[in-house]
Amino acid sequence: MIRFVLQRLLLLPLLMAIFSILVFVIVEAPPGDFLTSYIATLASSGSSIGAEHVEALRRQYGLDQPIWVQYLKWMGNLLQGDLGLSLEYQRPNAELIGEQLFLTVVLALFSFVLTWIIAVPAGIYSAIRQRSVIDYILTVVNYIGVATPNFMLALVLMWVAFAYFGISVTGLFSPEYQGAEWSLAKLLDLLAHAWLPSLVLGIAGTARLTRVMRANLLDELNKPYVVTARAKGLPEWTLVLRYPVRLAFNPLVSTIGWYLPQLFSGSLIVATVMNLPNIGPLLLRALVNQDMYLAGSILLIYCMLTIVGTLLSDILLAWLDPRIRMEG
Amino acid sequence: MAGAAADMSAAEERISVASNWTLVWWRFRKHKLALASAAILAVLYAIVLCPDFFSTQHPERTDARQAFIPIQSIHFLDDGKWSPWVPVAVGKRDPVTLRMEWGTDPSRKIRIGFFVDGPEYRFLGLVRAKVRLVGPLDPEQRIFLLGSDRMGRDQWSRIMHGTQTSMTIGLVAVTLSVVLGIVLGGISGYFGGWIDQVIQRLIEILQSVPTIPIWLALSAALPRDWTPTQVFFAITVILSLIGWTTLGREVRGRFLALREEDFVLAAELAGCSRWRIIVRHMVPTFLSHIIATSSLAIPVMIINETSLSFLGLGIRPPAISWGVLLQEAQNIQTLALAPWLLLPGLLVIVSVLAFNLIGDGLRDASDPYSK
Amino acid sequence: MTGEPLLSVRDLKVVFGLDEGSVRAVDGVSFDVMPGKVVGIVGESGCGKSVTTKAMLQLVDPPGRIAAGEMFFRRAGGEAVDLARLDPRGREIREIRGAEIALIPQEPMASFSPVHTVGEQIVEAIRLHARQWRPEGGAVSRSDARAIVVELFRDVGISMPEQRLDSYSWQLSGGLRQRAMIAMALSCKPRLLIADEPTTAIDVTTQAQVLALLRDLQKRHGTAIVFITHDLGVIAQMASHVVVMYLGRVMEEGAVDAIFHSPRHPYTRALLRSMPGMHGETRVALPTISGTLPHPFNRPTGCPFHPRCEEAIAGRCHARVPVLRPVGGGQSASCFLHHDEAEAT
Repeated sequence: MIRFVLQRLLLLPLLMAIFSILVFVIVEAPPGDFLTSYIATLASSGSSIGAEHVEALRRQYGLDQPIWVQYLKWMGNLLQGDLGLSLEYQRPNAELIGEQLFLTVVLALFSFVLTWIIAVPAGIYSAIRQRSVIDYILTVVNYIGVATPNFMLALVLMWVAFAYFGISVTGLFSPEYQGAEWSLAKLLDLLAHAWLPSLVLGIAGTARLTRVMRANLLDELNKPYVVTARAKGLPEWTLVLRYPVRLAFNPLVSTIGWYLPQLFSGSLIVATVMNLPNIGPLLLRALVNQDMYLAGSILLIYCMLTIVGTLLSDILLAWLDPRIRMEG
Repeated sequence: MAGAAADMSAAEERISVASNWTLVWWRFRKHKLALASAAILAVLYAIVLCPDFFSTQHPERTDARQAFIPIQSIHFLDDGKWSPWVPVAVGKRDPVTLRMEWGTDPSRKIRIGFFVDGPEYRFLGLVRAKVRLVGPLDPEQRIFLLGSDRMGRDQWSRIMHGTQTSMTIGLVAVTLSVVLGIVLGGISGYFGGWIDQVIQRLIEILQSVPTIPIWLALSAALPRDWTPTQVFFAITVILSLIGWTTLGREVRGRFLALREEDFVLAAELAGCSRWRIIVRHMVPTFLSHIIATSSLAIPVMIINETSLSFLGLGIRPPAISWGVLLQEAQNIQTLALAPWLLLPGLLVIVSVLAFNLIGDGLRDASDPYSK
Repeated sequence: MTGEPLLSVRDLKVVFGLDEGSVRAVDGVSFDVMPGKVVGIVGESGCGKSVTTKAMLQLVDPPGRIAAGEMFFRRAGGEAVDLARLDPRGREIREIRGAEIALIPQEPMASFSPVHTVGEQIVEAIRLHARQWRPEGGAVSRSDARAIVVELFRDVGISMPEQRLDSYSWQLSGGLRQRAMIAMALSCKPRLLIADEPTTAIDVTTQAQVLALLRDLQKRHGTAIVFITHDLGVIAQMASHVVVMYLGRVMEEGAVDAIFHSPRHPYTRALLRSMPGMHGETRVALPTISGTLPHPFNRPTGCPFHPRCEEAIAGRCHARVPVLRPVGGGQSASCFLHHDEAEAT
C-alpha cells in the first residue's frame, strides 16, 4: 500500500513534465502570438502601434526566441514558483489565478459532496425497493440528468429565475461581499450562492453515481454473505448498511478517480455560463487572446488537479478495501 | 399439460439453434423504450441525410424586421375543413422600451402545405430539388414554426441543419475512436510485451488529461481562416483523440482474457489459423459489447461538441450545430424575451436520451448471461 | 423415538412466482427433528432441499414465498411457534435466527464479508444475541465477545485463534474458513443447526476433518442438526434419520440404518445403487438413474419420479400423487408399491 502510493508520487513529476511539454506545445500552436492578436485588437479599435515598439515588446517577452528556449525559461520559472506575467493583464499570473483557483476547488468539492449526499441514499433506496414507484421515478430522473448538458441546465435555471422570479442566480457572492476580506459572513454568503451551481455542475455525476450505486448494491444483495448476516438475526436495515452497502461502496469510491477531475474541468463550462469566479473563464479568455503563459499555467493546474484527484481515489480505495490494502 | 410441455421444448429447441445475433435481437426487442428510441434516431438521421427537405427555407436568410418572432403553431383545420395555416405575426413597437412586441392577427392566415415546392436546394449536394416537407403555399412568404432569432433567421430550418452537423460529429468521432480503440487495444492485447507497455502508458497519460480544458485549448489552436469543413473534421479528431482510450483498454482486456479461454485453446488444438481464431472465435464474443459501448459513447460526443461550440471554441458560424444555435440563448435578457431559443437544447437532450436508452438495451441484450 | 420434536415441519410448500409461471420448489414436505439428533436431507440438486432450509429461517428470497404448511419450533422457553407464520423481517424471527437456529452456509468463502475481519463478524453475532451469554441480562462487551470467539475458535480446532480473529476470510484456507463459519454458527449456543452442504466447497481430506468436527461438536453440545447434502456417504456418517427428497417432495424417510439397508422407494434404491461402494467390484460402470431431471416448469403429473422409475405401475403412477405413509420398519414412503393412498385432487 505504502509502496503503491510512493510509486504514484514518484510518477507525478514525470507525468507533470510530460504534461508541461504537451501544454506548452498546445498554447504555442496557434499561428502568431499574443502581440499579433494584440495589434489586431488595437487596429479594430482604431489605434495603432509603431513597428519598433512591437519589436521591443517582443524582445521583452522573449517571444523572439526559439520555442524550446521559451519552454525552458517558462519551466525554469515555474519550478521556482513563478507562474510568469499575464501579457494581457500585465499582472503576475499567480495573482490572477490565486483566489479564482481556491474558489474553483471549493466549487468542485462542494459539488462532489452534494453529489454523494444525494446519489448514495438514492441509489441505496432504489436498489432495496427495486421496481417500486420511487425507483422508477429515480431512474427516469437519472436518464434525463445524464442527458442534460451542464450549460443547458444552467441556462434553464437562470432563465426561470430571471423571467419568473426576477432574480439573478449568477456569481458566487452577493455584491457587498464581492471584494471583501474573508469572514464568517462571507463564507455563509458563499455557501448560500454555491449550492445551485454545485448542483448544476454535479447533475450528470449524481445521475451516474446513483446508477452505479444501485447496480452495485443489487449485485451485492444477492451474495451469500448477506444471507449469512440475515441468518445471524440482524435487523434488515442494519444488515444492509453494514454489509452490502459497505461493499457496494468500494466501486463507488473508485469512481472518484474520474469524477473529481471531471468536476474540475466541467466547472469551466458552468462557471462561464453562470459567471462564477473560476479559473475556467480566465482560461477561456486567455486562450482567445493568446495570453499563452496564463493559459499554460491554468492548463497545468487542471492537469495537476486531475492527477491529484486520481491519486486521492486510489489511496481512499486502498484504505477502504483490505483486499487491495494488503497486496504489496 | 402435455401440450404445454411440447411448446416448452419447441421453444427451447428454437432458442438453441438461433444464432447469437438473433438472440441479441430477441432480447433487444423486449426493451420497448430502446425500440422507441431507435425510431426517434431514425427520424433524426433522416434529417441528417437531407436537412433541406425538412426545412422551410434557407437557414441563413435574415431579415432584421422579423427578429424574435415567437413560435407559429400549425392549425390544420379552417372552418372545420382540412386547410393547414399559421397565423401571421404582427409586430408593434413599444413606445417606451422601443422593443418589438409580437402578436398574432387571427384574421390573416398564411396557408401552408405539405410536400410543397420551396426554394431550390441540392439533395445530398448533388441532385437539384425543390420539394419540402412543409412550407408556405406562397413561396414569397416566410413561416417560423419554431420562432426566429435576433437576425430574423428561421430557427426551425436552422435546427434541421444543426442536427445534421451535431449528429454527424457524434457518429464520426465515435467511429474514429472505435477504430483507434480496436486497433491499438487489439495490438496491445494480442502482442503484449513492450508494445503493450507503450500503448498502456499512452492510455494512462491520455486518461489523466483534463478533457474539457485541453479540448478547448486544442480548438483554440485551430487557425482562424480554416473553412467550416476543416474545422468540423479537426473538432472530430480532437474529440476522438481522448475518447478511444476507454475502448482501447476494454478491447485489450478482452483479448488478454480470451487468450486463456478454453474455447480458444480448443480452436488452436483443432488446427485453426491465428487469423481465423481472432476473426471467427475471439472478435464475435465481444463485438456486440463494442457496439453497445459505442452507442453509449455517441451521446457523450454530442454533449461535448455542443458544449465546445456553445463556448465559441467548437463549430464556428456560419456552420450550424446545436451548440452554435444555443449560443444565441447565452444572454439571459434575450432568453427572457425569446425563450424558444432554448429549443435546440431539448433536441440535444432527446437525442442523448435516445442513444443512452438504445445503448443500455444493446448492452443488456448482448450479455449472453442476462435473463 | 421419544419426547417432543424440536422442530416439526408439516406439509411445507414454497412457491416461486416467475414471469413464465410459478414453480413449486417445495411441494408438501413434512419431517420432524428431535432435540440433539441429526436429520439428513438428501437429494439431487434442484430437489428443494436448500429452499426447505431457507424456509426454516424465513430466508426465502422473493419471488419465492412460503405458500402453505407449518413449521413448529419449540423455543427455549418451551412454547412452540410456527415459523411459517412469522414475519420475515419481524422481531421474533430475528430473535430465533442465530440464537436458536443457526446456519452453516454452503460456500464459506462467499459467506463471509470480505471487508470485515472474521472476528468482527462473529463478535457482532454474540453482541446481538447477548442474552444467550448473559441470561441475567446486560450487554456483552467487545472484549468479552472477543474472548468468547477465541474460546470458540479453540473449540473448533483453529490454531492461533488470537491471530485468526483479525484475519479476513480470504486469508484463511478453505478448511479454516469452514471451521470459522462453524464457530460463528455455534457462537450463540443454538439448539438447532442447519448445515447446508457444508462440505461441498472444500477438498476431500478437509471435508473428512470438518465432518469429524461437526460430529464431535454435536455430541458435546447436544445440538440438533439438519444436514443437507447430495452425498449419501456423508449422510451415512452424520445422520441418525434420513429424509430423501425429489422434485420438492419427500420420497422416503426413516432411520439411517433402515434407509440404507432396506430402502423401500424405487428412487432411494436407485440412489443407493449409483453410489460407489467400498467393497464392490472395481472397473464396472456405476448404474445411473435413467432419464434426466425434468425442467421445473415441466413437472410430471402423478408421482414426480414415475417417468424415470423402473417399477412404475402403468395407469396409476402417472395419474395420482402418492402421499407419504408409514410402510413398516419405522420408515415412511410415498409410493404406490407400498400403499394405495393418493393425494386428493
